[in-house]
Amino acid sequence: MSGYDFDVIQRSWVYLFRDGMTFTLTLTALAMVGGIFFGTLLAMMRLSRFSILSYAAGGYVNLMRSLPLVLVIFWFFFLVPYIGAWAIGAKDPVKVGSFMSCLITFTMFEAAYYCEIMRAGIQSVARGQVWAGYALGLNYWLTMGKIVLPQAFRNMLPVLLTQTVILFQDTSLVYVISATDFLGAAAKVANRDYRLVEMYTFVAVVYFIISFGLSLLVKQLQSRIAIIR
Amino acid sequence: MNYNWEWSIYLAAEPGGTGIYIKYLVIGLGWTLATALAAWVIALAIGSVVGTLRTTPHKWVVRLGNAYVEIFRNVPLIVQMFLWFFVVPELLPKALGDWVKQMAPPWGSYLPAVMCLGLYTSVRIAEQVKSGIGSLSRGQGMAGTALGLTLGQNYRFVLLPQAFRIVLPPLTSEFMNVIKNSSVALTIGLLELTGRARAMQEFSFKVFEAFAAATVIYLLTNLVVVYGMRALEKKVRVPGLISASPTAGGH
Repeated sequence: MSGYDFDVIQRSWVYLFRDGMTFTLTLTALAMVGGIFFGTLLAMMRLSRFSILSYAAGGYVNLMRSLPLVLVIFWFFFLVPYIGAWAIGAKDPVKVGSFMSCLITFTMFEAAYYCEIMRAGIQSVARGQVWAGYALGLNYWLTMGKIVLPQAFRNMLPVLLTQTVILFQDTSLVYVISATDFLGAAAKVANRDYRLVEMYTFVAVVYFIISFGLSLLVKQLQSRIAIIR
Repeated sequence: MNYNWEWSIYLAAEPGGTGIYIKYLVIGLGWTLATALAAWVIALAIGSVVGTLRTTPHKWVVRLGNAYVEIFRNVPLIVQMFLWFFVVPELLPKALGDWVKQMAPPWGSYLPAVMCLGLYTSVRIAEQVKSGIGSLSRGQGMAGTALGLTLGQNYRFVLLPQAFRIVLPPLTSEFMNVIKNSSVALTIGLLELTGRARAMQEFSFKVFEAFAAATVIYLLTNLVVVYGMRALEKKVRVPGLISASPTAGGH
């Protein structure tokens, strides 16, 4: 390991964290919130009595889950400008920043994975709870919102967070559309200074520390919030 | 939407001179499968060993196995890809490193991609194998010991043959994951299916036709794998378990 240049990390770490890591963490957090929101809606559709809703949601989830994330990133990167133009009635594709494009991609992609988790969560709630809700005169939305979903979330919280750690790692794939996330920023420095070995090992170590730390936290949380039955 | 669809683009010749675009993409599928299968062999071999070791009564072996799993699980795949492609050749002895770096394309990207995907997938298989062994009733291992089997024989004749048949369904989804994950190899220059779809988009400017073709090919591949594995599952299922009873419905 002679000739390992720690200096390049010292020179660039402010840029790496201020620009790159901020992008990565903001993307992770927003995509998690959006993904869980749409994932929950999808799960409710999948479990719906109306077969058209459940087929539509099932088809979407299965489609997303059988495609590589890289391909989905490309799809949305080129598709979002056209959808934007269609939405506002513009003639030409609108310009969409790389962050917005990534956010839409990850929200829509992870929604499919969060959907499966939430579906398992909703199904883990005892059926009597739903009947009790209806017996009290609550409608579907109130039963879902006040009775089923809070329990489903609590049951599934560790799994949802584990999926978020995976999402955090997956955001590094925005490299393929040259977005400046943590990896993208490091790659730029690495290529500029020709310090690939140092930068990529540094990136790996940082990702490892964050992911490992988060998964330890999830494990701890899991034992603390477990409902004793 | 103002997009001019041109589906005949698949029959146009690609600029590299290897033939029409659709053939170009199918060769990409070939590379995807070649990468995924080679990585799968590595992953299955290492994953089985590590997964088994993590269930042994030797404490430090278990710890070592856990450390291996945590390391490969907590670094993003694309970063591992870069480590194998850019960093590992630098750390090897100089002659070997130079040989790796000077390998003719696509082997120069193929080899790191296979190694990376193989080890990345091996920890997932290790997890599955471990939980498969854990799901067996404790009496199985005890019965083996009571019959006078050594630890090794116990694994070889009693535990592993059952565990592998139990974990076959999750292994199917891991195999689909390795096919999907092989698309990350495009970042180190391997022209597999997604990489070729992107190249086709760059050559022809037919963005959506290119990605639509790749999408359809991935979906078809998934179907084939699912049906193939389902047939295999039926063949090797353990008699007497719930999943094995012919009356059990569902998937």
